[in-house]
Amino acid sequence: MMSLKINGQDHQVDAEPDTPLLYVLRDDIKLNAAKYGCGLGQCGACTVIVDGNAVFSCVTPILLLKDKEITTLEGLGTIEKPAPIQRAFMAEQSAQCGYCIPGMMMRAQALLQRNPNPTDQQIRAELAPHLCRCGTHMRILRAVHRAAEMMTRADAGDQGGTL
Amino acid sequence: MIAAFTLDRRQVLLGGGALIVGFSLRGAAAQEAASPAKRPGSLATTPYLDSWIRIDADGRITVFTGKAELGQGIKTALQQIAAEELDVSFEAVELVTADTKRTANEGYTSGSHSMQDSGTAIRHAAAQARELLIAQAAQRLNQPADSLRAENGAVIAPDGTRLGYGELIAADILHVEAQPSSKLKDPASFKVMGRPIPRVDIPAKVTGGAAYVQDMRLPGMLHARIVRPPSYGATLTDVDGAAIEKMPGVVKVVRNGNFLAVVAEKEFQAIKAMLALAAAAKWQEHPQLPAERGVRELLTNLPSRDMTILNVSDPSVSGLRSIEATYTRPYQAHGSIGPSCAVAQLVDGAMTVWSHTQGVYPDRQAIAEMLQLASDSVRVIHVEGSGCYGHNGADDAAADAALIASLIPGRPIRVQWMREQEHAWEPFGPAMLTQAKASLDAEGRIADWHFEVWSNTHSMRPGGAGCLLAAQHKAEPVAEPAPKPLPLPEGGGDRNAIPIYAFPNAKVVHHFISQMPLRISAMRSLGAYHNVFSIESFMDELAALAGKDPVEFRLAHLKDQRARDVVQKAAEAFGWAQDQKPPAGRGYGFAFARYKNLAAYCAIASEIEVISDTGRARLVRAVAAVDAGQIVNPNGLINQIEGAIVQSSSWTLYESVTFDDTRITSIDWQTYPILRFSAVPDTIDVHLIDRPGEPFLGSGETAQGPAAASIANAVTNAIGKRLRDLPLTRQRIRAAIEA
Repeated sequence: MMSLKINGQDHQVDAEPDTPLLYVLRDDIKLNAAKYGCGLGQCGACTVIVDGNAVFSCVTPILLLKDKEITTLEGLGTIEKPAPIQRAFMAEQSAQCGYCIPGMMMRAQALLQRNPNPTDQQIRAELAPHLCRCGTHMRILRAVHRAAEMMTRADAGDQGGTL
Repeated sequence: MIAAFTLDRRQVLLGGGALIVGFSLRGAAAQEAASPAKRPGSLATTPYLDSWIRIDADGRITVFTGKAELGQGIKTALQQIAAEELDVSFEAVELVTADTKRTANEGYTSGSHSMQDSGTAIRHAAAQARELLIAQAAQRLNQPADSLRAENGAVIAPDGTRLGYGELIAADILHVEAQPSSKLKDPASFKVMGRPIPRVDIPAKVTGGAAYVQDMRLPGMLHARIVRPPSYGATLTDVDGAAIEKMPGVVKVVRNGNFLAVVAEKEFQAIKAMLALAAAAKWQEHPQLPAERGVRELLTNLPSRDMTILNVSDPSVSGLRSIEATYTRPYQAHGSIGPSCAVAQLVDGAMTVWSHTQGVYPDRQAIAEMLQLASDSVRVIHVEGSGCYGHNGADDAAADAALIASLIPGRPIRVQWMREQEHAWEPFGPAMLTQAKASLDAEGRIADWHFEVWSNTHSMRPGGAGCLLAAQHKAEPVAEPAPKPLPLPEGGGDRNAIPIYAFPNAKVVHHFISQMPLRISAMRSLGAYHNVFSIESFMDELAALAGKDPVEFRLAHLKDQRARDVVQKAAEAFGWAQDQKPPAGRGYGFAFARYKNLAAYCAIASEIEVISDTGRARLVRAVAAVDAGQIVNPNGLINQIEGAIVQSSSWTLYESVTFDDTRITSIDWQTYPILRFSAVPDTIDVHLIDRPGEPFLGSGETAQGPAAASIANAVTNAIGKRLRDLPLTRQRIRAAIEA
């Protein structure tokens, strides 16, 4: 048994210590957002935030995560009460299949938490580890810019997710 | 979408109080007796209105499509169409997608056919259902039907009397065959169609909802992993599974001929056991891949069946100056970000498979054949997966899950492929070779055109069980069926090989190659990607020979007004000018095609940046103009075109499957690099030309070819050299600059 703090809650996890976080999130905690894409740290689909930093959950064994704060896309907001970055991705219709999107959103969220006003170049550089096969890159960039605006505005909570 | 997971079959068949129960699949038989006038879209094969639309006594509306959501936004567009013609709000419609127990057999969700087939069927079925409800109200109120109108789920009389659809629906009124024509709404009155309604699937996808087959968790579900052979045709000579079966959580090691798999309680336990099982397995491999041969040598040395698919001549016109060129495309991968996945469960002899297949009915037939079950003992339900862009590993993963589930009755089995399995075992887009020769007359117009294409088939979809890896690998293997060329006018290797331009003399030959050294099948746009790349590159070469501007040169050979409109729109929006001079290191390129010569029109102008020291090319700016007929969801259409341009730029600049004489060696994103954010364009602008009242024209694949050719033409414009072998890698561009 190991204790992991995920989205603000402590979880007792019955998994071997070499188990990558991704499988604990999906299999034990029953969360959907972090996705298996490559298991190699090459595509970013599994990205979550650990202590404020974006990490590949597919290559991060849980033994390294004792006392760390793990945040997944589910921890940012819900379908009923979406976080700014979630509303921004809805507003920009920034998905086709959407499989890569949660990972993109988590790295963008980590960026915006430490740099609320990134330039377009900074966003592109930050998202470099992430692959999207549908080609929704232009929309992803727009959504991250929109999220930055929403998060820096005092009234961010009132911005609707309309087109 | 997750409702499908917990759906109680009995509830469905009883219809929960609905007046229309079950599902009409009398299509094929009924069609025989039908009137000679062809019904629109998929109504031609599934004519009963209640196969498409169900209205319950409480007014609830359910619409059924045999097509699948692949991330292309089809659910939203079809729901818009149904709501519009039924005169109800968008939210009032519930849409059910591909499921062999519930929806019509619409074959595959492929070829940019969903709007043309299913969208057209649903539009007409909804319009006819609306008119039947109005007729019912007319009878009820004893008033002429033309004095009544439908609005927001009710029929309304001049005196304000309002009869809801639920009140009007009576047994069997929708259980009638569709008429060949319908009273469609005037596009000017549209309230739901033509609007950028947000996609219904996106909220769950961006909040961690259960949105994919990968997210299914059924009670008692086990996780399986496959140990694939290391190469095509390898045979399993020895494996000792006993030690693996003792590993934590392992439930079973499955060996059936060359099919090897492990099943465990938890997913990572299955992966660890898979690694141990792979290490324990001994395989006999057979070197059989054409490693040393380039595409040109490979394809011209395989036997082919040669078919002349166009031959027109006008002896009064002859050419003076001629050129010729050869173009190649390597094997390329679909490269889904999420490896293929499926869940299967055998209960009381009936197999249910949840799959991101593009064809639930063909997959059902193939899986039934593999398991030697009656096809009605197998149900295949589509659940979204990662984007597929054609025939990837989806059907194979479904077969893997079904084969394993058949050995562990009662327990749902979830299979997901590993990254290296998806890369090595998916059926690739086939390598292609084209040769073009043409001559110009005294005025610099094309006098004759000769085009030949060498290609495998572009579809090895099931088909039968022999198309499935699990069926090929099991102890009593099912032989792969003989490949066939796909018939024109849509074609396969010859898709878009016939030029849309008007040439007085033209000959086009399709060399169909049946030997398939690599496993291949349908990849987004099939042969159109390479044929359009070739034709549109060659048009630029001919324009240069004629000393004409590429856009002017195309227009001089283009009669179809809608084609001319997209060409002119893209050129104008890009700021294309006859005397344009790009800055140093940059180039401008143009290309156009009408997908399959019968679907959407697409013209693209591109600006490319080439770093001469490294040869690296980047698409900086693309401007597209598209005519897809009547537009249902403009934002969805723009999303498709933007995505196609980015994806095609990745195919065109970076991608080729690699192999040695035995194994596929491009097995992850390092060995099969694709476009990353560092190479994403600065801007992509998509201009839509709406055609209210015109038929829907499939648009999901229309940009693949034009994007490739506009990039290649822009590279030539930037470096002054022509590259004719895809992909246009930095090494090739560097070599061309230095040559």
